[in-house]
Amino acid sequence: MYPFEYQKPADVKTAVQAVSAAGENKYIAGGMTLLPTLKLRLARPDRLVDLAGIADLGGIRIERDRVEIGAMTRHADVAHSVELRRAIPALAALASGIGDPLVRNRGTMGGSVANNDPAADYPSAVLALGATVVTDRREIAADAFFTGMFSTALEAGELITRIRFPIPKRAAYVKFPNPASRYAMVGVFVAETTGGIRVAVTGAGACVFRIAAFEAALTKRFAPEALDGLSVPSDGLNQDLHGSAEYRASLVPVIAKRAVAAALAG
Amino acid sequence: MKVSLEVNGRAVSAEVEERTLLVDLLRKNLRLTGTHVGCDTSQCGACVVHVDGRAVKSCTILAAQAEGSKVTTIEGLAPAGELHAVQAAFRANHGLQCGFCTPGMIMTAVELLKRNPNPTEEEIREGLEGNICRCTGYHNIVKAVAAAAQTLRTTG
Repeated sequence: MYPFEYQKPADVKTAVQAVSAAGENKYIAGGMTLLPTLKLRLARPDRLVDLAGIADLGGIRIERDRVEIGAMTRHADVAHSVELRRAIPALAALASGIGDPLVRNRGTMGGSVANNDPAADYPSAVLALGATVVTDRREIAADAFFTGMFSTALEAGELITRIRFPIPKRAAYVKFPNPASRYAMVGVFVAETTGGIRVAVTGAGACVFRIAAFEAALTKRFAPEALDGLSVPSDGLNQDLHGSAEYRASLVPVIAKRAVAAALAG
Repeated sequence: MKVSLEVNGRAVSAEVEERTLLVDLLRKNLRLTGTHVGCDTSQCGACVVHVDGRAVKSCTILAAQAEGSKVTTIEGLAPAGELHAVQAAFRANHGLQCGFCTPGMIMTAVELLKRNPNPTEEEIREGLEGNICRCTGYHNIVKAVAAAAQTLRTTG
């Protein structure tokens, strides 16, 4: 790692000021992506602003029709929350499959969503559940949040404080993990929300995306067979040593069907 | 910068750089070399320690981030001269070959059993997903964790 300054503010306002000061400054949440990046000297921030000292960024709040999760909530806490497992079991199950137990003890929901890794799990849940990303300055709808590979609608210095998930009627997430890295080759989150059926795919493309044709078919009939014969074009999908774009395209309907079956099974 | 934390029940302070990793503080400043560095890329789990009761990869947390925390390393699992039930089970079940991954395996297993005192074999294997044994001695490691679970359940 190149040297950097380190600050651990106790409130959101100070954190935003510290990151917005002169130089290239970065928030550090769980650090599960940022620290490996720094160790490889792929980034050279002047200052790290640690969010772990801000009490306001924690906690899982369950209300009648929605769940609010603080940005610094660790994956393990999402996975093990008894209340969340009742309210949105698919979200707790997704969290229990991120990385490994040691990563889940550090990694945070806000960090994952802000980073928007093409193979990250959380973005699919945020998009499929039609969640709202709450920041220090505004609220951003999921459909407007994820804008491309590792890019989001967040402005410079803008900080995610919490994420608000409407409680769906039913939902499920299924991923096909790479056998070595365990990252999603393809992950599909299917949700039946008050706003309709939503299907979000991670791992397959540069950025999480919805599939309108799948959503339309599942709206007519919410069953795995409703997706029979449907496919997604391989154009623009990820192509790397782990699999071709065609391979990923062929996985999408397979995993989507499994997700629908899992949602039906509850 | 100065960091102060509790390591194996002892209050310690050290002068470190902002970029110093917790594992380097433990190994270099405090000479607690039971915590190993395997891959140094957050994958192998040889460096697992407990920070405030949670098993984490100490190569992927800054010493600065552990300020004020309670850290337990393999050296602090049991009083000097004694073995923790998980350590004893690894010995009894030949859960180690070269031994390099063992401290991390044990630290991960201890947290796993705290959360799930009666895990299935599948749950043990899933729980150890972040720890890599390059001797590929997983079978006896899983057996050791299952045996430790039984000991801990009967002895409390």
